Amino acid sequence: MTTTAAATAAAPVRLPRGTLLLAGLAALLLMAPLFAGDYLLSVLILICYQAYLGMAWNAMMGFAGQFSLGHALYIGLGGYAAGALFVHFGIPPWIGMLVGAAVATAAGAVVGALGFRFGVKGVYFALLTIAFAEFTRILFDHWDWVGASSGLFLPVAHDQVSLWLLRGPPVMFYYVILGLLIAAFVLSWALLRRRIGYYWQAIREDQDAAETLGIDVFKYKMAAVMLSAAMTAVGGVFYAFYYNNLYPETIFSMHRSIELMLGTIVGGIGTLFGPILGAALLVVLGEVLTLLTEDLGLDGVKQIFYGLCLLIIVLWRPAGIWPWLRTRLGLGT
Amino acid sequence: MSKTKGTIASASTPISRRAFGTGAAAGAMLLASGMPIRSLRAAEPLRVGVLLPRSGHLALIGQACQRGAELSVPILADLGHQVQLMNADTESNPDVGRTQAEKLIREGAHVLMGCFDSATTAAVAQVAEQKGVPFVINIGADPAITEQGYKFVFRNFPTSVMLGMGGLKLFNDIFQATGTTAKTAVLMHVNDSFGNSMRGGIEKLMPKLNLPFQIVETIAYDPKARDLALEVSKAKAANADIHMVVTRLNDAILMVREMVKQQYAPMGIISPGSPGMYEKQFFKTLGKYANYCTTNVPWFDPNQKLAKVLEERFEKAYPEESFELNIGFTFEAVLIAADAYKRAGSGNPQALAEALRATSIADRVMIGGPIKFNEKGQNENLRSAAVQNLDGKPTVVLPTESAQAKPVFPMPDWKARGA
Amino acid sequence: MPLELYLNVITGGLLTGLVYGLMALGLSAIFGVMRIVNFAHGDMMVAAMYAALVLFNVQGITPLAALPIVAGGLFLVGYVLQRLLVNRLIQATEHIQFLALLGVAMVITNGMLMAFGPDAQGVLLDYSFDSYSFGPLILDKVRVIAAVVAGMAALLLWAFFAYTRIGKAIRACADNLTGARVVGLDVDRLYAVTFGVGAACVGVAGCLLLMLVDVHPHLSTDYTLLGFIIVIVGGLGSLGGALLGGVVIGLAEALGGVLVEPSLKSMFSFGLLILILLIRPEGLMGKRT
Repeated sequence: MTTTAAATAAAPVRLPRGTLLLAGLAALLLMAPLFAGDYLLSVLILICYQAYLGMAWNAMMGFAGQFSLGHALYIGLGGYAAGALFVHFGIPPWIGMLVGAAVATAAGAVVGALGFRFGVKGVYFALLTIAFAEFTRILFDHWDWVGASSGLFLPVAHDQVSLWLLRGPPVMFYYVILGLLIAAFVLSWALLRRRIGYYWQAIREDQDAAETLGIDVFKYKMAAVMLSAAMTAVGGVFYAFYYNNLYPETIFSMHRSIELMLGTIVGGIGTLFGPILGAALLVVLGEVLTLLTEDLGLDGVKQIFYGLCLLIIVLWRPAGIWPWLRTRLGLGT
Repeated sequence: MSKTKGTIASASTPISRRAFGTGAAAGAMLLASGMPIRSLRAAEPLRVGVLLPRSGHLALIGQACQRGAELSVPILADLGHQVQLMNADTESNPDVGRTQAEKLIREGAHVLMGCFDSATTAAVAQVAEQKGVPFVINIGADPAITEQGYKFVFRNFPTSVMLGMGGLKLFNDIFQATGTTAKTAVLMHVNDSFGNSMRGGIEKLMPKLNLPFQIVETIAYDPKARDLALEVSKAKAANADIHMVVTRLNDAILMVREMVKQQYAPMGIISPGSPGMYEKQFFKTLGKYANYCTTNVPWFDPNQKLAKVLEERFEKAYPEESFELNIGFTFEAVLIAADAYKRAGSGNPQALAEALRATSIADRVMIGGPIKFNEKGQNENLRSAAVQNLDGKPTVVLPTESAQAKPVFPMPDWKARGA
Repeated sequence: MPLELYLNVITGGLLTGLVYGLMALGLSAIFGVMRIVNFAHGDMMVAAMYAALVLFNVQGITPLAALPIVAGGLFLVGYVLQRLLVNRLIQATEHIQFLALLGVAMVITNGMLMAFGPDAQGVLLDYSFDSYSFGPLILDKVRVIAAVVAGMAALLLWAFFAYTRIGKAIRACADNLTGARVVGLDVDRLYAVTFGVGAACVGVAGCLLLMLVDVHPHLSTDYTLLGFIIVIVGGLGSLGGALLGGVVIGLAEALGGVLVEPSLKSMFSFGLLILILLIRPEGLMGKRT
């Protein structure tokens, strides 16, 4: 009741305020390297990277309501495809990115097609995605061309700055991931305002109803999975070239899949700002907890608090923090 | 574990981590960065940024390494080196390791040290190189790390190829010393980055080294394996003389327990260079069955005075824990940094890196010649020793000049062991 | 020679599978009644293993003797956890359930890390290294004991649901929640009992596993995942299915490891999971909904 009232009251100023906020945030992020030190820059890169991945996951879960717990699969496929092409043939990452995205899209299509055709839903679908990711992890552990479990190392070139080859200082990587984040944001925004976006939301809210309305549920769910997989793979390419080493154990791990969606759930599933807000909150929470707990000298105490914070947040705001904050700020929807 | 840390941070940099954290919490994080680090005073202690996996799945080894680092401070102080540790937990996660490295550098670490696992070490090496801050690797065997042409990265630990080479050569020495030769071996290894690169090294080296035995079967197992019954059954079926293993700790215990149960008693259980069988937990869990297992690894040199000092201090400080090579190499890493700092006369990274390159430390704790780095930043003067478990204690049995006892080969059958 | 190998590997897989099955029973019972997937399952089991370890180290109680104590303790933990937290999650969406229980899992695992350190710890029993030989067949004594106890515990659980009043009432909730409310059953309490019973199963499995493997805090994720695989293969919500799933997974890993490569063995369980999800999503013994 009160929220709707607040939203209506705020309606006349909604657009300028939202746009202003967005513009301010974008400007701040664009200028960040001017005043941010190395450490802060690496934290910002981490935030943008997590926000980007969260947005990619959101395309599947938030827009079309398909719960994936195995998105590490697509990060790994993207990273390995671009990384291996670069290491073995010197193919630039931007081209490798296309290959990686294509491979991941295909993988997403397989997972989606099998899952949707056979009516695997909810938790079962989530477990299917985990199974595929773990299956692939073990496969890569045995695939010598990509270094098997010894890992794949990208050559590190010193003093070389090339945006085309993605070799360069952290500032460059910051702008790359910021660019990707903005692109993902614009893409999500645009899609949500088109027919496909409305169809997705209809499917998310009630699949059976959507079907009776004549929406081709299978087609649109597949579109969501494939889009999400492709976006995630691009994030994986960034990971590969930023960290320069890939191990199946770390890149395909379930922890990565979990980490990737935490921000979005905390921020608000299905919203545009949720992934960004959630990623920022969780990365900062992690850093603050490191600071607060390291003097205690108790290993593991940080993760305990982190777990408790997650618990409190989801119990307090199951829909995420952004929808609540939005009404608080009087931004409406 | 590290009470020193907070004070260092707040004393050395105008914007401490505490200030940053509070600022971040308040939402003002963007303003709290970018402040210049105050220039260094001449007589200040060396600040070593210690990056170790103290939580997460590698916590066991990370905490062991940390003990070596903690002990280095008082021991080095006695030698006239002032060292302060700035400890950071990598949480067994390369991403965290990278941010922590950035943070330590920002807070004024002169040199970084770590990180045990190759993935994190590789990530931190890049940060160190980009920032031009020296990085001394305590442990991390992936050969690729020192093949990148880094100028600021130094490794005082054998690569997996070196480990395999040193480890395999010792097989021959064991045969000679005992007058017994084996004809066949089965290689059982953990399939993680370390195990896999060891296997690669062994396969490449076997034909070159002219060893009298052949590997008749190779069995790889998942690092997450919950039990090794099937793996051991398979090894037993191969019916080889030597059971050659590349393990971690938990799987080493599972493996030997399973070997006893399945009554599989080869002539020897020998590792060409991997952790697991010399650790206290191994003895505690397996009792008499832990004996006669042999590991060919770089080990403490009983002839070195510093090794004795370290062992005494260790037994006093951590009577419950095992004194093994993780402690030794972490200690040596801090020693190397402190030694270079003294010669460089300042914490200037360039000067420190040059001093590190010119390192030559003869009084060390591990077996091998003086610590020196080649142009790639790799120490080549590292030697493996055959360390056999005798009477419930890892004992150096080869090389002869460092040996504390004679090697036993073949080992007695499981049933032939008293209580 | 190969025949002997297969014989040993298959019996080993069978016995281990039974213990795995017992571990999955708890997960299955909870899901069958409440439709909640307990993502903190493995963590609860690791906690049970530590409880058994402490009883052994401090009081000298062997894990087998500690079974009732640990199971009782875990029942209480489960009961309280359901009352305080899980009850609020029953109506929530899957990802919220997941995240909340993930938070619980993180607290448990890292609490264990703080309390016991990262080292793997185990118990050394008189018969830890014993085995029975029947010609070429060698049976590991501990595994035999564990499998037998697991079978007995499963029978007890079945009897509880089939014959006791409270067990029948719980089944009524599972079959028809509204009906159960109409006839005046205290659903909240029954749910709490179910969660407690599920946790008690985990407690039993933890004691048995401690005799087979050494415990360390980071075992938990793997066991959670393993539990999922087993119950899905067997059929979420089906007790017999959980046991069957455990045996099937145990055998699949054993045979896959022998025939192909041991390091690939868990790929067989994931492969089997994918196959089952596609061919028979309700699991081997699950009811089609």
